[in-house]
Amino acid sequence: MADSLVITDHVRDGGGVEPPPPARSRRRGIGWAQRLEILLLSGPAVLIFLGFVVAPVLVAVYLGLYRWKGFGSPTNFVGLDNYVTILQDRAFWDALQHNGMILVLSLVFQGPIAVVLALLLNRKIRGRSVIRVLIFVPYVISEVIVGTAWALLLQTNGAVNDVLRSIGLGGLAQDWLANPKLAIWTLMLILTWKYIGFAVILFLAGMQNIPEELAEAAAVDGASYWQTQWRITLPLLGPTIRIWAFLSIIGSLQLFDLVYIIWGQYVSSTAGTSTMVTYMVNEGRNAGNYGYGNAVAVVLFVVSMTIALLYQRFVLRRDTEGALTGGR
Amino acid sequence: MAGRNDNSWGHPGIYAGALLLIGVMLGPVVYIIIGGFRTNAQITTDPAGLPDPWETVNYSGVLGGSSFWRQAGNSTIVAVVTTLAVVLLGVMASYVLARYRFRGRGAMYALFAAGLMFPVTVAITPVYILVKTLGIVNTLPGVILPQIAFALPTTIIILVPFLRAIPREIEEAAAIDRCSRLGFFWRIVLPLSVPGLVTTGILAFINSWNSYLLPLFILSDQESFTLPLGVQAFASEYSVDTAKVLAFTSLSMIPALAFFSLFERRIVGGLTGAVKG
Repeated sequence: MADSLVITDHVRDGGGVEPPPPARSRRRGIGWAQRLEILLLSGPAVLIFLGFVVAPVLVAVYLGLYRWKGFGSPTNFVGLDNYVTILQDRAFWDALQHNGMILVLSLVFQGPIAVVLALLLNRKIRGRSVIRVLIFVPYVISEVIVGTAWALLLQTNGAVNDVLRSIGLGGLAQDWLANPKLAIWTLMLILTWKYIGFAVILFLAGMQNIPEELAEAAAVDGASYWQTQWRITLPLLGPTIRIWAFLSIIGSLQLFDLVYIIWGQYVSSTAGTSTMVTYMVNEGRNAGNYGYGNAVAVVLFVVSMTIALLYQRFVLRRDTEGALTGGR
Repeated sequence: MAGRNDNSWGHPGIYAGALLLIGVMLGPVVYIIIGGFRTNAQITTDPAGLPDPWETVNYSGVLGGSSFWRQAGNSTIVAVVTTLAVVLLGVMASYVLARYRFRGRGAMYALFAAGLMFPVTVAITPVYILVKTLGIVNTLPGVILPQIAFALPTTIIILVPFLRAIPREIEEAAAIDRCSRLGFFWRIVLPLSVPGLVTTGILAFINSWNSYLLPLFILSDQESFTLPLGVQAFASEYSVDTAKVLAFTSLSMIPALAFFSLFERRIVGGLTGAVKG
């Protein structure tokens, strides 16, 4: 994706037939016919995006200032009260902390495992294409199904504990889901299982772009397989890894489905797996406090945006050169 | 680079690793499918065992009922319409972003790129309110329209490099042959970008098929439920009938799995274009 976000000289010409005129003296602009084309082609996408993505975000900011039950027009203006309540609510800080933990652990768990798996699957072994499909299976299955299945597997009298007992490891049998010391680690295992395939596929795709000549040259120079991977493949995979990490971070901050399915409305906070979004859904929609829910959404938005911009500024910058700040 | 130094890492090791991997990845999925062939008594006495005897009553029960088919139909409509619309609107906008020069192009690109950071989660409450205001709550369009909007950023970010990669010479040749820019788009760009269109289409389809939060807010009437909502409703309604829940669950994951295994190569191919290092 890195390359896609950088505009090359080739693209600066915009594919126009005439040679690009000098930058400043260009006042005639583009013809009306072209304007019409641009409008026709991009209009629908821009409109639906503004209507269903941008406008709702703005509305969230507005409604966050009201105490509002979700019907009629909001009249009970409470200013920043909702935000004060959020910041004073212990449950919100717990959720935020869980999100932070999930964010860090996802990167630490999934990154290295996915790199190793991608290296393994990048070798020409028999059955490689089958394995590639199979490793992606958990990613393709919906969160609801994954959650339902794992919740059954991990019950105290479920299959996992049963297998542990039958192989003589009954001592390891646990209350995987309800034990607050353990639940978040259980969640991390499920998350890793579910999303590792996506990282592997991304890394594999990135590896296809690394010229084979480099590895061949290294082999000629007597480098071992692992040396080649460590010194050549990994550094060249950098941009892909950084993009993956970005997507993973955003996903961690927005985590909802799995937690909500497995731990339900009430248990997630006591089991220590609540996230900002489960907090938002519980306190907003489920409690009928739509104004408050919107305020939580805004906080979530600000947290995500801040982290995304920091990541963009300090990590992604060399790959994407202003992709999110100007696009050129 | 693959396969060059195979000797340094013995094949048996690789295959053992691969087998273990497959076991871990597929274990829970296989558990669901096989579990659907058992009875509740079997599951209670021996949670990890094999069916003995194999019972098909759970599957036939689910397939014989109306709710599974209705929900599968709803999910199909939502996923197909979303996918077609996202790909069409996405490729049109990407063409403009990739091959036109105009003021505001940078801003437009930035707008969509920023959209990547905000899945529907962040704006779910106002989206619900908007859909309610439009009077399409509890209808499939109420899910489809927001889904299209939120799928556009990924689609556009993947497609723009595809369209940029089409050599300018082709466009010049087309212009010499008196082919308009729209004609060029229709006759040359679209056919050449099929791999990218397929990739983005598959991603949009799978995301739509699996989406949970948006339908959860928009659809409250059983009649309009999509499969994920159906699975959850079924799981809580029949919480004591584990075997039936497993059967329902495994049937509802088939379409996404089938769809994906048909097009897996295309996904990797499409992403390869998008993540050029």
